[in-house]
Amino acid sequence: MTTTTAALSAGERTARKDDPGAAPRKRRPGRLRRVGLPYLLLLPALLLELLVHLVPMVIGIVVSFKELTQFYIRDWGTAPWAGLDNFSLAVDFDAPVGKALLSSFLTTCLFTVLSVGLCWLLGAAAAIFMQETFRGRGILRTLFLVPYALPVYAAVITWAFMFQRDNGLVNHVLHDQLGLTDSAPFWLIGDNSFIALLVVSVWKGWPFAFLTLMAGLQNIPKDIYEAAALDGAGVWQQVRRITLPALRPVNQVLVLVLFLWTFNDFNTPFVLFGKAAPEAADLISIHIYQSSFQTWNFGTGSAMSVLLLLFLLVVTGVYLRFTSRGRKAADA
Amino acid sequence: MRRIRAAAVGAVTLSFVLTAAACGGGTSGSEGSNEQPKTLTYWASNQGANLEVDKKVLQPELDKFEKRTGIEVKLEVVPWSDLLNRILTATTSGQGPDVLNIGNTWSASLQASGALLPWDAKNFEAIGGKDRFLESALGSTGVEGQDPAAVPLYSMAYALYYNKKMFADAGIEKPPATWEELAETGRKLSKDGKWGLGAEGSNLSNNIHQVFVLAKQHGADFFTPDGKADFTSDGAVAAVKQYVDLMAEDKVIAPGNAEYAQNQSLSDFAKDKTAMVLWQTASATFKTQGMSEDEWGVAPAPVQSGEPGRGKATNSMVAGINMAVFKNTKNIDGAKKFVKFMTSDEEQVVLNKAYGSIPPVKAAQQDPAFSAPAVAVLRDTLATSATALPQVPEESQFETVVGTAVKNLFADAAAGRAVTTESVRAELEKAQQQMPNK
Repeated sequence: MTTTTAALSAGERTARKDDPGAAPRKRRPGRLRRVGLPYLLLLPALLLELLVHLVPMVIGIVVSFKELTQFYIRDWGTAPWAGLDNFSLAVDFDAPVGKALLSSFLTTCLFTVLSVGLCWLLGAAAAIFMQETFRGRGILRTLFLVPYALPVYAAVITWAFMFQRDNGLVNHVLHDQLGLTDSAPFWLIGDNSFIALLVVSVWKGWPFAFLTLMAGLQNIPKDIYEAAALDGAGVWQQVRRITLPALRPVNQVLVLVLFLWTFNDFNTPFVLFGKAAPEAADLISIHIYQSSFQTWNFGTGSAMSVLLLLFLLVVTGVYLRFTSRGRKAADA
Repeated sequence: MRRIRAAAVGAVTLSFVLTAAACGGGTSGSEGSNEQPKTLTYWASNQGANLEVDKKVLQPELDKFEKRTGIEVKLEVVPWSDLLNRILTATTSGQGPDVLNIGNTWSASLQASGALLPWDAKNFEAIGGKDRFLESALGSTGVEGQDPAAVPLYSMAYALYYNKKMFADAGIEKPPATWEELAETGRKLSKDGKWGLGAEGSNLSNNIHQVFVLAKQHGADFFTPDGKADFTSDGAVAAVKQYVDLMAEDKVIAPGNAEYAQNQSLSDFAKDKTAMVLWQTASATFKTQGMSEDEWGVAPAPVQSGEPGRGKATNSMVAGINMAVFKNTKNIDGAKKFVKFMTSDEEQVVLNKAYGSIPPVKAAQQDPAFSAPAVAVLRDTLATSATALPQVPEESQFETVVGTAVKNLFADAAAGRAVTTESVRAELEKAQQQMPNK
């Protein structure tokens, strides 16, 4: 933005210098062209953005105020307006629909906190260890990135096979070989499904944290560590006093992105559990899917989506404000 | 500079065109026309062992149709996991196929959307008349008293399939005819890592099919006559409990079956790990699992007592596939011709023989292929003791919420938690509360 203004005033200045008393009319088309071109070039992207993001979003918001069931999907313009009914149904926590949504929301919160925390911890630990040069570092780095490179569906289907109770690899190791459990546990139904989901989510998510943090670590000058070592700082002190503060801007973005991805994750639970996720692993995205597609009640489903959107907007806003202010204070 | 500007203008124009094209969808005429009389698009459901098998079965027939009528049929076989969502999307956008297969239990739900051509007397006349079809199959084509939303194409019924070798090893001579006998037989078979009966505890539709029949046997229905959800009647609770008790109480179903949803129980059956399954037209699947026809037997699905029949002696839902026409097709006459072709006596024999199903067309049933013992059981069940699932618009919601309730109860049973009348009622209560208020 500043560049444009600067370019503009520079242009004006030249125009005035060249021809002080000339009619501006003659110059205007050129100026307009120069000012307009960036916008013109942005226009296609803007229109496509409008088409693939904003228009569906607005339609979703409109639908959330309608009673859109199978009786109206053929021509959903004719669906009757429901006012705030869909929203009041979704947030009435005494009634079954609201109660289920709330419990799904809380499950998702817990899941997200644990998953993001573990992803970050694993990613940070691995990234710091990988700073040292040792034999096989390249191979390990590549290996660590494999979960990130695999197509989600293929990977999660494999996990679903491994988590099968009778023939799965997980139970074969835990139960048959190590004898850790009295009877073979279920992973895809019942309460353990939360653990199964968490494992897959962390497995899938931590390489991204690893990659981002590794890139962040490259920017910390080596001599700071050397100086600290000379002053007698141990490894742990170096990590705490140098690495983590220096990674702060990277972490700010990384945690936010991981949070949004994990909170919204649909593919993992859907592929792992199918259409009806067990209650313990009933994430909000799959809950909304079920509330709209499985029961053909798109109005209520949209209302839930709008609520989710609002929640994520608020969280993101508060988070950015909070972390940026902290950073400014630290800078000052 | 000029080149950049030209490129920019081009890009802008292109994006306008794209926007216009994308927004232009779904506005085509809502009633059928004959604008494109030479082609048809057909979404077939997956009836064979895989999509390729379906293409191999159907393509020669479609070629035959093209030769006779000059209409080219573009075939797409849609897997079951996608079919309903694809239909919903097509309904919303108006950009669907001309002719399609639907699961017959969806008939009333899809009928409510108004997207399918109603089969009134005139339309039925165009395909040879309503009375060519079996009564029970017509019972699953839409809400009673309205013109059907689809016509029956393939019919199926549930039966009890048993593994002959496992029966012989356990010294069992004949398949059980009642639930009591089934539990007893199952107990004899359930030992040394082998189990009496298989189930697909996480398959919502399958759960619904089983508890629906049991509810009928307990004199209950999941919907009141005026179409309201009624999941917590004593009969419905007893039915669900009886089904889950086969695992929880009688212990004839392996606990691991609680997480089955991909026909694993059929491969257990083929591997001599499970002796019986209640299934619809399993013969084709057994074949792909490497079982020859003399390795398994088939008997009518069990009843509470006596012989299968009507009312409380119901022992199967009317399973099957219906054929429907999208109302906004651009080749309405061709679509009807195609439905007529697919439901003709000749094609009915060819197709149902290939898929191991029963023709819903009476005349086609006369073919000797459908008198073989394995198929005759299904044919007789359909004719005398099968009942259609509730024909209400909320049928698909019912499948989801009650199917999930049964899945949760199986999970309880598998984990060793008690399944009581109260816990069953509580699950069903929860399911009922999720149904839309009427």
